[in-house]
Amino acid sequence: MLIANYGYKDGSGEYFITLDTDKCDGCGKCVEVCPASVLEVIPNEFDIEDGNIMGVRDEHRHKLKYSCAPCKPTTGDIEPPCVTACLSQAITHFLSSAKGQVL
Amino acid sequence: MAKKEFWRWPEYRHTVEGIDPQNGKVISGGVDIGSVSSKTVIMVDGEVFAQSVMRTGSSSPDSAERTMNWALEDTGVTLKDIHYVVGTGYGRVNIPFAQKAITEIACHGRGASFMWGPSVRTVLDMGGQDCKAIRVDERGKVQNFLMNDKCAAGTGRGMEVFADLLSVPIQEVGDRSFAVKEEPQAVSSTCVVFAKSEAVGLLRSGWSKDEVLAAYCQAMAHRVVDLLNRVGVEKEFVITGGIAKNIGIVKRVEKELGIQALKPDQWRDDPRFDPMLAGAVGAALFAKVLYERSQG
Amino acid sequence: MITAGIDFGARNVKVVILEDGKIAARGTALTGFDLKIAAKEASEMALKAAKLKLDEITHITETGIGQGSVEFAADSVSEVGANAKAGVKLLPSARTIIDVGAEEARAVKCNESGAMEDFVVNERCAAGAGAFVEAMSRALEVELEQMGPMSLKATEAVPMNAQCTVFAESEVVSLIHAQTPKANIACAIHDAIAERVISMVRRLGITEDVLLVGGLAYDVGFVDSMKRGLGVEVHVPEFPEYVSAYGAALIARERAKE
Repeated sequence: MLIANYGYKDGSGEYFITLDTDKCDGCGKCVEVCPASVLEVIPNEFDIEDGNIMGVRDEHRHKLKYSCAPCKPTTGDIEPPCVTACLSQAITHFLSSAKGQVL
Repeated sequence: MAKKEFWRWPEYRHTVEGIDPQNGKVISGGVDIGSVSSKTVIMVDGEVFAQSVMRTGSSSPDSAERTMNWALEDTGVTLKDIHYVVGTGYGRVNIPFAQKAITEIACHGRGASFMWGPSVRTVLDMGGQDCKAIRVDERGKVQNFLMNDKCAAGTGRGMEVFADLLSVPIQEVGDRSFAVKEEPQAVSSTCVVFAKSEAVGLLRSGWSKDEVLAAYCQAMAHRVVDLLNRVGVEKEFVITGGIAKNIGIVKRVEKELGIQALKPDQWRDDPRFDPMLAGAVGAALFAKVLYERSQG
Repeated sequence: MITAGIDFGARNVKVVILEDGKIAARGTALTGFDLKIAAKEASEMALKAAKLKLDEITHITETGIGQGSVEFAADSVSEVGANAKAGVKLLPSARTIIDVGAEEARAVKCNESGAMEDFVVNERCAAGAGAFVEAMSRALEVELEQMGPMSLKATEAVPMNAQCTVFAESEVVSLIHAQTPKANIACAIHDAIAERVISMVRRLGITEDVLLVGGLAYDVGFVDSMKRGLGVEVHVPEFPEYVSAYGAALIARERAKE
C-alpha cells in the first residue's frame, strides 16, 4: 500500500493531490485528460517489483497551486477531469484556504 | 569586499576504518544531488565505506562527479570498481555515471530505516529546498508520503535566509534559539519574505536576535508538524536532512509532537549517521539490490 | 455631498475624496507600523488638496488590511467589493478586475452595475504579489521603477522555474552569472508573476473587459506580460493604486444617500 500526496501548504492555504497506488492500475486515462499535462505514468520506484503508477511530473510538483488552478473553479462542486477519468477512484484532491474553509 | 555568508555548513569527506573494499563482493554507490547539497555514499556489501558532502554547483553532472571523486579520494577504489550507482535527489536524472535514478522519497525512507533501524515508521526530511513527511514499514518501504517543495518556508533555505538576516552562523542557530528567558510567540507569517519583514519589525521593537531566532524556529516547527500530521505520525520517528542538525527545530518539533526523535545526535560521534546522508545511503542500498538482481 | 474612501494597503494608505461623485483629491502615506498615523497623514494630504476639513465629509468608508483602526470611518467594504464598484465606474465595460498590490493579489468578476459576482484572492505568499517584483529588483540590482521599461527591451524569453520568491532570488543571481542580459531577466520576472496571477484569475474564468489595478499596474513590464499571458486587451486606469479607495468612496456615497 502506498499513498502519495503531491502539493503544498503555504500562507495562502493548502492543496494536495492524493494518489492511492493500490487502486491505481497505471492505465493513464488521467494523463490524457489533464489540461495542464501535470500527470504522467511512471515506473513504480517505491517498489521495484511493481509495474507502473501515475505520478505528478517533477516540473509541476512545486507549482501545483498554479498548474491545477484552472480546474478548481471558485464556485460549484465541480470534479477535476483527472478524478472523473479515474475509474478506480485512485485520485482525490484536497484544497483549503488559509481561513480554513474547504473549497 | 564580498558579503560575509552566514549560512554555509562545512563540506567534508570520510572513510570508515576497518573495511577492505578489495575483499567486498558488491561495491555500490548512492549519489544524492539536492538543490543545495550533493552527497555520495559508497557501500561495501551493504555497509557504509566512504562518503562526501558538498555544496551543489550550478550543474548537476559536475556536482555529481565532484562529490563522487571526493568520496573515493585515497580509498583505493575508482569509479570503475563500483558495480552499480543509483542517483537520487532533484538532480537525479542528470548523473552521467548512474545506472538508475530513483525518487528521493523512496531513498530517504530506505536510508532512514537502515541508519536508525527497522523500528523507524515516520521520517521527516527537511532538505535545502523541500520538506517531506514519509511513513515507512519495517523494511523501509514507503507507505505514505507528502512532499512540499513549493516554497522556502520549512526548508533549510528558509532557515539560511533568517541566519543571514540576523548575521548568525547557521551552526549557532539552534543553541542561540534556546538562549531566551521564555519562549516567545512564533513568527506568524509562513512566507519567508513576509516573515523577514515581521522579524525586522520585532528587532525594531526591541527583541533580541535570540528571541527572533526562537520565534522563527518555532514557526518552522509548527509548519512541519502540520505536514507530518497529514501523513500521520507513528513511533519511531526520525528527522533527516540538513535541518536535523539544528536542535532549535528538532527539539521544538519533538515537543509539539510529544515524541522524541530517535537518536538525533548520533551523527556527532559517528559520521556514518550524518542525517544529511539518508537519501544517498538509501540510493546505495537500492544499487546493491539492483546489481545483485542483474547478476541473477 | 462629500464622501471619502480610505484604503489600507500593505505598503501605502490611500485616501480619495469625492465631491458630488467626482474625485476632488487624493492622498497617500506609507503604511509603516502605525495605521492610525498613516491614515491621519494620508487624509490630511487629501483634505489639504481639496481645501476641506474632516467634519465636512458626510461619510467615510474604509477598506484594506486595517479595517476598524480609525474612528472617523463610518463603515467598511471588502477590497473586492470596492474594486468592482470603482472598476465599472472607470470602465463601464469592465467585467474582470485584477488588483495586484504589494502583498496580495485579488480578482473580482462583476456585472454592469459594479456588483460583485465572484472573487478570488492570493494572500500571504509573496510570489503572487508586488513584493515579488521588489525582491527581484533588489537581486537584479535595478531600481524598481526601471524594471518595467527595462523588461520591454527584452530580446529573448528566459524561463524561470522557481515559484517561491526566495528560490527565485537565487535563480536571478545564477542568470546574472550566466551573463543573461538584465532586460531578459526582468522580462522573465514579469512573465513569472503574471503567469501566477493569471492562473488565479482563471479560476473565475476570464470575462472581458479586463481592468488591471493596484500598485503593480504602474509597472509597464508587468502589464505587457499580463496582456501576452491572457491573450486579451488589458486596460489600466489612471492612478491604478487608488482604485480601491475610490471604490470605497463611491460606496460611502451610496450608503450616505440611504
